[in-house]
Amino acid sequence: MEDQHILVVLPHPDDEAFGLSGTLAKHIENGAAVTYACLTLGEMGRNMGNPPFASRISLPKIRLEELQESCRVIGIQDLRTMGFHDKMIEFEDQDELDRRLRELLDELKPGLVYTFYPGYAVHPDHDATGAAVVRVIGALPEETRPVVRCLAFAPGCEQALGAPDVEVDVSAFLKQKTGSIRAHRSQFRFDAMLESNSPEDRQMIERLGKERFWTWQY
Amino acid sequence: MQPIQTNAVQQVLDQLKGFDLYIHLEITNGAYTSHRDKSRLTVANFLRNVVIRYTHGTISGTGPYRVGLKLPNGWVFTEGLTHWEENEPGRLVLAGLDSDGRLNVALQLSPEPF
Repeated sequence: MEDQHILVVLPHPDDEAFGLSGTLAKHIENGAAVTYACLTLGEMGRNMGNPPFASRISLPKIRLEELQESCRVIGIQDLRTMGFHDKMIEFEDQDELDRRLRELLDELKPGLVYTFYPGYAVHPDHDATGAAVVRVIGALPEETRPVVRCLAFAPGCEQALGAPDVEVDVSAFLKQKTGSIRAHRSQFRFDAMLESNSPEDRQMIERLGKERFWTWQY
Repeated sequence: MQPIQTNAVQQVLDQLKGFDLYIHLEITNGAYTSHRDKSRLTVANFLRNVVIRYTHGTISGTGPYRVGLKLPNGWVFTEGLTHWEENEPGRLVLAGLDSDGRLNVALQLSPEPF
């Protein structure tokens, strides 16, 4: 039985889907409480659905609803939308960003935090989010710091960081995981992906059952 | 134009912070994009001499660079910046030039109209 509180900090609705939705479902089944702090609503996303059903105006509302559905499917009990602007995390007033994250940590006192590995997470928002999380947690007294597990997927990240030290078998939680992916219907066309012959799509499908993390070393 | 020096650009961004400024913001992928490849759209945008004022301005990245300007009620963002005009005291002239030297994107800020 896990009685711990877990905090997930990611910048975009859908960042959870492929990377850690299975792991979160597994934690939750084992009794953990999960808070997901999603920094933006992905309002600058390019995908409008195919055929398109979203617009620049409606996209944030649609993506919020998709995120809420994804959280329901995974079992996440507490979703916090943080109100930052998509693509702008690296340009945010850093004191303000850090203060908001510190408030969350003070309130929830998580034992485990999931975020992106700064510098190895491809999108500038991912890198800036991970950097903020490890910066804020690094400033806490050592004995109060939660464990931080990071998602990395930049090309060459394994050469630079070594093999991920945490690998979670989520094959028993694919129902939740595919439910999370399908919830983000404006962003992913999962059925098309299942039938796709493209090497990237094939690799995504083959890797669904395993989720991998690097523990941040202070 | 010269390759961007981020420290120098950041200094100008800090100097211009908090003032009413004229902005020229532009993006173009070339008038013939669609002609050359029917699957793509020819797209372009510009704002010329619209007045803005920002509270935070940052250049970021390892090149090409990104600039974000935080406004009281919004943002200005540009990605793909490679070059700047060094000898433009009191104003900032940035551009993203591709390997053939063509302008793809531009961000310019000045207390006087362009």
